[in-house]
Amino acid sequence: MRKIAVALIAILALGAGAAHAGSDGQDFTRIEHGRYLATVGDCAGCHDEPGGAHPLAGGMKIETPFGTITASNITPDKDTGIGAWSDDEFVRALTHGIRRDGAHLYPAMPYPYYTKVNRDDLLAIRAYLSTVPPARHEAGGDDLPFPLDKRSAMAAWNKMYFTPGEFRPTAGKSAEWNRGGYLVEGLAHCGACHTPKNLAGADKSGETLQGNPVQGWFAPEVTDASPKGLGAWSAEDIVAYLKTGHNKFTAATGPMGDVVNRSTSKMTDADLHAIATYLKDQPGSGDKQPTAIAASDPAMKTGAAVYADECAACHTAHGTGSPRLFPSLAGSASVQSDDPTSLIRVVLAGTRSVGTKAAPTSPAMPSFGATLDDREAAAVLTYIRNSWGNAAPAVDAAKIHDIRKSLTQHSG
Amino acid sequence: MARKLPPKDVVIIGLGWTGSILAHELAQEGLEVVAIERGPWRDTATDFSPAFAQDELRYRLRHELFLRPAQMSLTFRNNRDQTALPVRDWGAFMLGNGVGGGGLHWNAETWRFLPTDFTLKSHLVQRYGQKFLPDDMTIQDWGVTYGELEPHYDRFEYLCGTSGQAGNLKGTIQAGGNPFEGPRSRPYPTPAQKQPFAHTLFGKGAADLGYKPFPQPSGNLSQAYTNPLGVEMGRCTYCGFCEWFGCANYSKASPQTTILPALLRQPNFTARTECEATKILLDKSGKRATGVLFVDSSGAEWEQPAELVILAAFQLFNVQLLMLSGIGQRYDPLTGEGQIGRNFSHQTVSAAMAFFDKKKFNFNPFVASGAIGMCIDEFNGDNFDHGPHGFVGGGYMGNVQSNGRPLETMTALPPGTPQWGAKWKEAVRDTYLSTIYAGSGVHGSCYTYKTNYLDFDPTYKDRFGRPLLRMTMDFHDNELKMSAFLTDRYAEIFKAMGAQQVVKKPRKGPYDITQYQTSHLCGGAIMSATPKDGAVNRYLQSWDVPNLFVQGASGFPQNAGYNPTGTVGALAFWSAGAIRSQYLKHPGPLVDA
Repeated sequence: MRKIAVALIAILALGAGAAHAGSDGQDFTRIEHGRYLATVGDCAGCHDEPGGAHPLAGGMKIETPFGTITASNITPDKDTGIGAWSDDEFVRALTHGIRRDGAHLYPAMPYPYYTKVNRDDLLAIRAYLSTVPPARHEAGGDDLPFPLDKRSAMAAWNKMYFTPGEFRPTAGKSAEWNRGGYLVEGLAHCGACHTPKNLAGADKSGETLQGNPVQGWFAPEVTDASPKGLGAWSAEDIVAYLKTGHNKFTAATGPMGDVVNRSTSKMTDADLHAIATYLKDQPGSGDKQPTAIAASDPAMKTGAAVYADECAACHTAHGTGSPRLFPSLAGSASVQSDDPTSLIRVVLAGTRSVGTKAAPTSPAMPSFGATLDDREAAAVLTYIRNSWGNAAPAVDAAKIHDIRKSLTQHSG
Repeated sequence: MARKLPPKDVVIIGLGWTGSILAHELAQEGLEVVAIERGPWRDTATDFSPAFAQDELRYRLRHELFLRPAQMSLTFRNNRDQTALPVRDWGAFMLGNGVGGGGLHWNAETWRFLPTDFTLKSHLVQRYGQKFLPDDMTIQDWGVTYGELEPHYDRFEYLCGTSGQAGNLKGTIQAGGNPFEGPRSRPYPTPAQKQPFAHTLFGKGAADLGYKPFPQPSGNLSQAYTNPLGVEMGRCTYCGFCEWFGCANYSKASPQTTILPALLRQPNFTARTECEATKILLDKSGKRATGVLFVDSSGAEWEQPAELVILAAFQLFNVQLLMLSGIGQRYDPLTGEGQIGRNFSHQTVSAAMAFFDKKKFNFNPFVASGAIGMCIDEFNGDNFDHGPHGFVGGGYMGNVQSNGRPLETMTALPPGTPQWGAKWKEAVRDTYLSTIYAGSGVHGSCYTYKTNYLDFDPTYKDRFGRPLLRMTMDFHDNELKMSAFLTDRYAEIFKAMGAQQVVKKPRKGPYDITQYQTSHLCGGAIMSATPKDGAVNRYLQSWDVPNLFVQGASGFPQNAGYNPTGTVGALAFWSAGAIRSQYLKHPGPLVDA
């Protein structure tokens, strides 16, 4: 029924020769659906104007390994936004990464994921975007080195790494599983952060959702792998985490805290369950676990002493933490990730977990950057990565040194 | 000239316990609420990292969390024959500053008052006769009963996650709890804290003497807890840095750890920090508050108009702001007329140092928390016959030693120990682990007298040129007798525990403004059944200005033998309940004058 209505509106819009979105601003159901989908896709996460002056008016600098890309204005302003775009142009941008003027988008705009979203949903998003206040705002340019500053370079990138095409349900899997896949692989673009990237910044094939460094953090593996992934979590644990930012194991912080705040905490329980069902069915990197470093190792001994002094009060002597307040370190995926970037960052700089309506406390990890030197921080991280059943490679003091330096530069 | 801000429904002066509770309750009604807070924003995540929170020098000795006397102080004298002088460094009590107020730096001892505490005057007169009371004593009934407050005590305890053992569940006495407490409708939200060795031994000594010891009700939680607002608290780690400090482990109940995370999510709530309220504005009739005048940290003056004003500052500043705003009549000790400043009280605490054989007793006092302790209540309120003793009042007593912080603990040494040098060091080494010294182990009541009051100082002015508050305060024979009697009983328990030497430190007069007692200042804007007996009615509503509610211990007619915060919290919920269920429907006096 809704499909027919959407099609009808599209036809009417075309019939009128209108270049704007196919909605008269009265189509509540469709606009509301689009608003929800824009939340799932977290458009605001990149496209809100920094400082919050105008929602979705662009200007945010998106850090990538290649340089800085500026998010565009997606309000309906005709000159600086997307008000003059046709529906087809809008859909082409999201599914093929091509702007209205024919230039290529950089894949910082996650069109390799959005290409999996169906046209109805994309047009619903368009309908919603047409209702936000138009803001006249030139978002500004990018800061990329040659040859990446040439958008035409992306044609080659697309040829090598981009496969357009809508999500295709897998036969034999439940409707819930397929809904989860549609969201994870498409609009929610989980892989944009969580899937390892090759040198060109494209998803490595065969390593979907297996963990990736992003913006000075490490987005851990979010498959059913154990211990590096979510193997120890039930689907309900995943739902609680996405909905409230907290579950009995851990808390969302850093960029994921923002994602929970703006996006997943506002998703329906059904969609969150679908995502959890899908993630729990991804084998990921499997169940291989390295051998734990022996407690007699000198770094482990130092780490144990530092842990007792600085960490055990909250995280407890057995690394179990306190549900929804202090994350459990024992069995934690992010503690045992191959890449300890997030751990180091959290120990040196501290971080605050997200507060949500259901879990308003928003507790914080304090900064120990002034308390622990590089060797001590490395030792305590090696210790928590190799105690209470955990096992992961040792953390090198040189890595602490590098991250400490980059954090200082950032905050400076 | 003050710049006028857009009107709000409610303006709250002070964002401590009562300000936070009222803000949350009234924001729940959909009202636009703004809180004006004199001090800075403070939060566990940003201000109380375990990497530095346990710093005795910074917080205990250098008073980091407290009001700077240069910003606001008061003058003090013992009696009318003396000339009051300004307090330039805090001593007898500590004045909080900033979000959380006293609720941030307290120990979190979370008591309920006895049922007879609320009907004190009529109860004592009935049992002992009017003549038994000192002539100049001005105690009175509260106008609210324990039974009426019980659901509100319950709400405060469940907000805080208070750890304790019920002694009286709906009238049935419970083993291991305080058998003297009023009936409670349900158990404490979390079990009592486990007690360290010295505290356990005190309980045993008290039981050996025939008393009924019980764990002190504590806002340092025995286990993780999720309160009714969805806010999470952690388990206390017994670090012993509670009073004077912010808790870094989310385990001491405070506005920050129980209510602010939920309050801050209310879009209709705003807090203005580092803004000092200077006056409650009245209309021409003088019977209606129109808003609050405040000064921000740049010195700019602002007017915040509002329909309802909640005065939720500390006791002294509640009284001071009423006086400065010309609300009610200032108390005159000569005529006994006037209500504002009358029935000022504090707490009559005393202690004993107990020295044990170091070869047999290792107490390790470092393992502690602010509200840890085993207590007895046999000598509180009117739980015992005062007839033979010639005084009224009492208090709980217990080993409530809250810390083994070195700078503080090293002062508890046997009499005759030199104050410095090799002998001093030797004494510290010998006694640190085997001494019990709880500074306020005997927590006596402080009843009220014509001669203890607050008024304006005739000489000293604040930075705005306004008179400072003047405190006229001394202990009276009734309290000193009580303290001597209770301290004797207290010392007997230490003897029963096997102490080698017990040094009794009963409270002695005159009242000393320089030495810490407690921060439990009470009265000055008291509750009463009629306007001639107090500043506020039983709902803490001003008798003079019905759209003004005055929260906190300034409303206590006199102080009982307990820490006051539990009752302050209960009164805040009680008052908020009356505003929500009665006042908002029919704004006006809730009690006919």
